[in-house]
Amino acid sequence: MAINRRAFLKGMAADGAAGAAAVVTIGATGEAVAGGGFQRTPFEMPADAVGLLYDSTLCIGCRACQAACKEANGMAAEVPTPYQDWNEGLWDSPTDLSGDTLTVIQVYQDGNMAVKDRAEDGYAFMKRQCMHCTDASCVSVCPVTAMTKDPVTGVVIHHEDRCIGCRYCVLSCPFGVPRYQYDDPFGAITKCQLCTNVPDQEYSACAMVCPTGATLYGRVDDLKAEARLRLAKDPGAEHAYPRGRIGGDNEPNVAPIPVYQDDFYGDNILGGTQCLTLAGVPYDRLGLPLEAPDFSYATLTEGIQHTLYRYMILPAVVLGGLVTLAWRNSRRHKPEDWD
Amino acid sequence: MTARHAPLGGRFISLPVVIMALFAMVAGFYLYHRFVYGLGSVTNLSDGYPWGIWIAIDLVVGTALGCAGYVMALMVYILNKGEYHPLVRPAILASLFGYGLGGIAVMIDLGRYWQGYNMMLPWLTNVNSVMLETALCIAAYITVLMIEFSPVFLERLGMTRVREKLNRFLFIIIALGVLLPTMHQSSMGTILVVLGHQLSPLWQTPLLPLFFLISALFMGFAIVIFEAVMSSVGFRRPLEGEVLGKLTGIMAWVMLGYLVLRFLDVVYRGSFGLAFDGSTQAIMFWLENLTAVIAVALVLPKANRFKPHLMFVCACMILVSGTIYRVNCYLVGYDPGDGFLYFPTVGEIMVTLGIFSLEILLYIAFVKNLPILHTPQSAYEEEHPHPAEASGSATGSAGTARPA
Ligand code: SF4
Ligand code: SF4
Ligand code: SF4
Repeated sequence: MAINRRAFLKGMAADGAAGAAAVVTIGATGEAVAGGGFQRTPFEMPADAVGLLYDSTLCIGCRACQAACKEANGMAAEVPTPYQDWNEGLWDSPTDLSGDTLTVIQVYQDGNMAVKDRAEDGYAFMKRQCMHCTDASCVSVCPVTAMTKDPVTGVVIHHEDRCIGCRYCVLSCPFGVPRYQYDDPFGAITKCQLCTNVPDQEYSACAMVCPTGATLYGRVDDLKAEARLRLAKDPGAEHAYPRGRIGGDNEPNVAPIPVYQDDFYGDNILGGTQCLTLAGVPYDRLGLPLEAPDFSYATLTEGIQHTLYRYMILPAVVLGGLVTLAWRNSRRHKPEDWD
Repeated sequence: MTARHAPLGGRFISLPVVIMALFAMVAGFYLYHRFVYGLGSVTNLSDGYPWGIWIAIDLVVGTALGCAGYVMALMVYILNKGEYHPLVRPAILASLFGYGLGGIAVMIDLGRYWQGYNMMLPWLTNVNSVMLETALCIAAYITVLMIEFSPVFLERLGMTRVREKLNRFLFIIIALGVLLPTMHQSSMGTILVVLGHQLSPLWQTPLLPLFFLISALFMGFAIVIFEAVMSSVGFRRPLEGEVLGKLTGIMAWVMLGYLVLRFLDVVYRGSFGLAFDGSTQAIMFWLENLTAVIAVALVLPKANRFKPHLMFVCACMILVSGTIYRVNCYLVGYDPGDGFLYFPTVGEIMVTLGIFSLEILLYIAFVKNLPILHTPQSAYEEEHPHPAEASGSATGSAGTARPA
């Protein structure tokens, strides 16, 4: 059913088709879907929102973040089927997010993969985890408020004790983030909660361990300023990349500025995200949708829903009409017609 | 006040019944696995396709097939077309099973079903969730259907007093029985709007709620005709040909209006080109719509509508078209990227078949033992002269001539 039309993202350890992942764009739906006066006003990001800045060009693919994330969140190691005969579960090697994996480093590969961060005949890394959307679809769709957005930090949190496992969040997330544990009769939904669920965790474990500063934690405003600083500098110029968190005491990683894409990803697209991405290859090659509008699709569904059902006025009026008609017609029938 | 509807009687066991019972048992086997070993042990569901045929077919198509009661209540009680009255009871019964089993399919599919009651807890209400609105509406409608159907039991049990009491309030229940499907059938379309670009523009449109509502209508008409013809053949009863022919006409016009809107919408949004890219999605798009076009063309000549085999073929094609539309929206048109693929497992298909088999089994069991099918007009008229009904069908105002 799915037809692969664009670049491939492969799980690092996977070879060939086994870990192949394809990214697909379909037309300019964004514009097409938009319009009509029914749209709900998009949400603003909280002033003190926190998030991550992932710089693909700094990432060396060591996957320390992946390991740290597993440890902090106490999640099981994962061994994809092709490796099961020689890897007995000691070496955690997920190729994608899953019910046991909240973050994963994937690799984009093209041609002979000669040069890092080049789209043609090159390769690039991509870290996947929840983007903590400003106007999150998962929060909008959940029937039991099991996904909530922290009003101060903007972190999107999952409440397992509320969740009914309908997987609407899985379906609707534009970044394919929430996962369900299909192999467990009592499975749960899992997703990155920016480590707010981990006791005594000062900030994101993945950012804490990143040796190069590729994954950086901070206030979103600061992260955006840092991203803009990098984008403003000329390629080759020296830059002191903060490591861990912005404003932390880690020694910065001093390295030259690479050739970036025109802008960082996550400022406005789909309503904006609190986890931002910088890369040398086009973002859609890394699985981030580019042909999407500058607002969350949730503004449309909620707009339709609330236009039709505001204060239940419309349904009440319709019901009134129906009751009147049914009552009037009922007086014209004998009772036994009414069944 | 009996005799207008009568139990069919007769032997229940027959070859088709045995086969369907077997299907239901096989489904039971797979369901055991689903609950003991998890959804993954039986289904091909993944995080790319978290919803499979249990949602797309059992629920989304199943409840559309359950719209028989909706459209008949609309016709008879709201638009006051009394001549369709004989079709109401079987329609309500079919709806009850369609919706009831759709609801059961959801419970099977819920990954954390033991917390399902959370949807009823006011402090967990998310007013933004289209799914919550849909789910509560469906639950309410199943209750309404049970009340609408209860006269059948009361009649059978001879509880005349209760029935008369109920009759006084029935108009409210009936009004709800029209409002609720209008709400949740359209909402099943709204549910998909949030998918944005993940749903192909051949299906993604802010008009999804409207299209789902209209498709509920034409599928409702089609299933009424389908069931009437099937019962007439299967139970060897005379066909309510005149009434069904008119219904076929209405169905065809609704379908035609829908098709015009559907194509205008795709063209207006500039997505029509996608229908010619040779992809699976494009093929399914044409399959969906050409079936409908042919179905309408078939009965456009008025005389054709009254030919039982043609009205039956037309109804079947419209059912197929509506089914493909809904499956296209929920599965075929959805592309999460990342190379995810979905095709149902044997287990998923068996559970779906089992659920539909159970539905038909219960339907047969009910019509054989309860007063549901209408006593053929002629036989009834002999015993109970009923002038308005006898002459009313031509003017479409049966029953209106008689004061209360
Ligand atoms: S990335 Fe997905 S899971 Fe995370 S907040 Fe956005 S919609 Fe929700
Ligand atoms: S799976 Fe759980 S968290 Fe996700 S939408 Fe359903 S109830 Fe909410
Ligand atoms: S923030 Fe925490 S949970 Fe999220 S990816 Fe990083 S380590 Fe994992």
